Amino acid sequence: AGSQGGFGRGLLRLLSRERLDEDTWESIEDVLLTADIGVAPTQQIVENLRTRLRVDGTEAGDPRSVLRDELLAVVDPDMDRRLQVSGEDGVPGVVLVVGVNGSGKTTTVGKISRILVAEDRTVTLGAADTFRAAAVDQLATWGERVGVEVVRGKEGTDPASVAFEAVKHGIEAGVDTVIVDTAGRLQNKQGLMDELGKVKRVIEKQARVTEVLLVIDATTGQNGLVQARVFRDVVDVTGIVLTKLDGSAKGGIVVAVQRELGVPVKLVGLGEGPDDLAPFDAGAFVDALLG
Amino acid sequence: MFATLSDRLADTFKNLRGKGRLSEADIDATAREIRIALLEADVALPVVKDFVAAVKQRAREEDVSGALNPAQQVIKIVHDELVTILGGETRRMRFAKQGPTVVMLAGLQGAGKTTLAAKMALWLKEQGRSPLLVACDLQRPNAVNQLQVNGERAGVKVFAPEPGNGVGDPVAVARASVEEAKRTLHDVVIVDTAGRLGVDAELMQQAADIRDAVSPDEVLFVVDAMIGQDAVGTAQAFLDGVGYDGVVLTKLDGDARGGAALSIRQVTGRPVMFASAGEKLSDFDVFHPDRMASRILDMGDVLTLIEQA
Ligand SMILES: Nc1nc2c(ncn2[C@@H]2O[C@H](COP(=O)(O)OP(=O)(O)OP(=O)(O)O)[C@@H](O)[C@H]2O)c(=O)[nH]1
Ligand SMILES: Nc1nc2c(ncn2[C@@H]2O[C@H](COP(=O)(O)OP(=O)(O)OP(=O)(O)O)[C@@H](O)[C@H]2O)c(=O)[nH]1
Ligand SMILES: [Mg+2]
Ligand SMILES: [Mg+2]
Repeated sequence: AGSQGGFGRGLLRLLSRERLDEDTWESIEDVLLTADIGVAPTQQIVENLRTRLRVDGTEAGDPRSVLRDELLAVVDPDMDRRLQVSGEDGVPGVVLVVGVNGSGKTTTVGKISRILVAEDRTVTLGAADTFRAAAVDQLATWGERVGVEVVRGKEGTDPASVAFEAVKHGIEAGVDTVIVDTAGRLQNKQGLMDELGKVKRVIEKQARVTEVLLVIDATTGQNGLVQARVFRDVVDVTGIVLTKLDGSAKGGIVVAVQRELGVPVKLVGLGEGPDDLAPFDAGAFVDALLG
Repeated sequence: MFATLSDRLADTFKNLRGKGRLSEADIDATAREIRIALLEADVALPVVKDFVAAVKQRAREEDVSGALNPAQQVIKIVHDELVTILGGETRRMRFAKQGPTVVMLAGLQGAGKTTLAAKMALWLKEQGRSPLLVACDLQRPNAVNQLQVNGERAGVKVFAPEPGNGVGDPVAVARASVEEAKRTLHDVVIVDTAGRLGVDAELMQQAADIRDAVSPDEVLFVVDAMIGQDAVGTAQAFLDGVGYDGVVLTKLDGDARGGAALSIRQVTGRPVMFASAGEKLSDFDVFHPDRMASRILDMGDVLTLIEQA
């Protein structure tokens, strides 16, 4: 996805050269840095690549595929990326969707509902963003679009109580999955993070939260790692959704997020429409990183 | 977490106190630290490269002053350079001599345009002006309602003749808004537009059409302070696609270092004019280059130290 810069293609040309000079190493580093991989992970990837090429020499194979392999190893294609949307003992699975402001949470809730409905599952949405102007209406529009019921509270009501009501309704109606949309919050706002922790605890009085999705915008730079750490501490994130990957940003910050937190990217957002959501594909992601 | 730039520089210069001039090796070591600090602050790589080269040059030329240790000296150089770039030619909002002043907002999805529109309207209202908010995002679910709710909170009239959610022509609404403002005696028109990607040629054309329909006095590019390396590409795409006069940085109440401010200023030459720092409508301010420079370097207290030295 996204535009293919001439930069990356140039890199592949360089990499196919017989011997790699310092300029080439620098341009490899540049490709990784401009994809928001971050300084430390970039240095480590380059170091690994150097070592492999030095130790194995020509045995290592085409430098291009060695770099691709290195990146793939970091992105780890073997992680379990299935969405946990089913509950046990007749209780619905509960998906809690969290993240900073404007990252794409509400849209992602709509898109996930669409997929679940297409798989003949029944879904209830909880509009627990009672804060932002017209956030509840926005989710309600998504509910209409994809044909699922939305449990809403009045603007300004306690988000935890809306989440509680949504799950309660989901249990009573016997749906398969309840998805709870939450207000965007910056991770350095202690009060708002406490509020989010409460939303989760209150839900868990009735049903286990089977999946906590942290939504990260692909344009996000190094702050994405800070976001992931704090949200993990507060609500124990189980999966990442990387949105807006249809733009020119590569979303490289999730490499560090996965590496440090061990939480996999499960889904990617590829547009504003209901069908613009796809499972994360490690190979495709790496290929896009390399341009 | 990472040590701050000042910590790392202090470490680099442990044995340097008292030397008259920085050696080439010192300068190289310093340049590496500055490079890392800027990259970790999300300054775009090409901008980092130019910037570090410029700092190296200045560090070579300058004598280490008696009052500052070498680390402080370099930080001062870096800070001064940052402020120069960020603050070069800051300017105030331009108002039309005749007829309503038109401000158009553009940017990526979720950057904070709609919120900003209302903040700016409130800010102008408090200065005795009479703004009209215009709902030209007819695409995103309930973008129109969002602007209406925010307008109500700000106590500002919202022109929203179309319901949105895919219904209505944003170019026509934009065009009609200027007439509406004249008719209802509003002196500023603030046009909220849908979020769009730099790579979306079709929507970028729509933004250009909206611009042509209203001939704005100011087009402002609204950008999230959390943005990473994509900032320059996107800023350039909006510059080419719709053009803008100034930049607004949003979500500065977060803990992102906001290197995009430097990148965009440097690459496009457009000044950052406003800062948006919170979800409340009053969380809006003009941009302060010196605060931003300290923030990018993560070194607020060091500056005080330098000033005291
Ligand atoms: N191009 C693109 N736009 C997206 C994608 N996902 C979401 N968006 C857009 O991003 C903007 C913000 O999306 P929302 O779903 O409202 O984000 P949010 O996280 O719920 O925002 P808050 O609730 O205000 O914090 C909207 O304009 C969406 O249409 C995506 O994958 N690609
Ligand atoms: N913390 C914080 N949140 C902000 C700020 N500005 C906007 N937001 C929030 O960011 C989210 C997106 O803001 P919007 O104003 O809807 O952004 P937009 O650019 O209009 O989004 P689209 O129309 O979907 O492209 C909302 O949750 C806002 O409340 C800010 O300065 N600080
Ligand atoms: Mg939302
Ligand atoms: Mg908007």
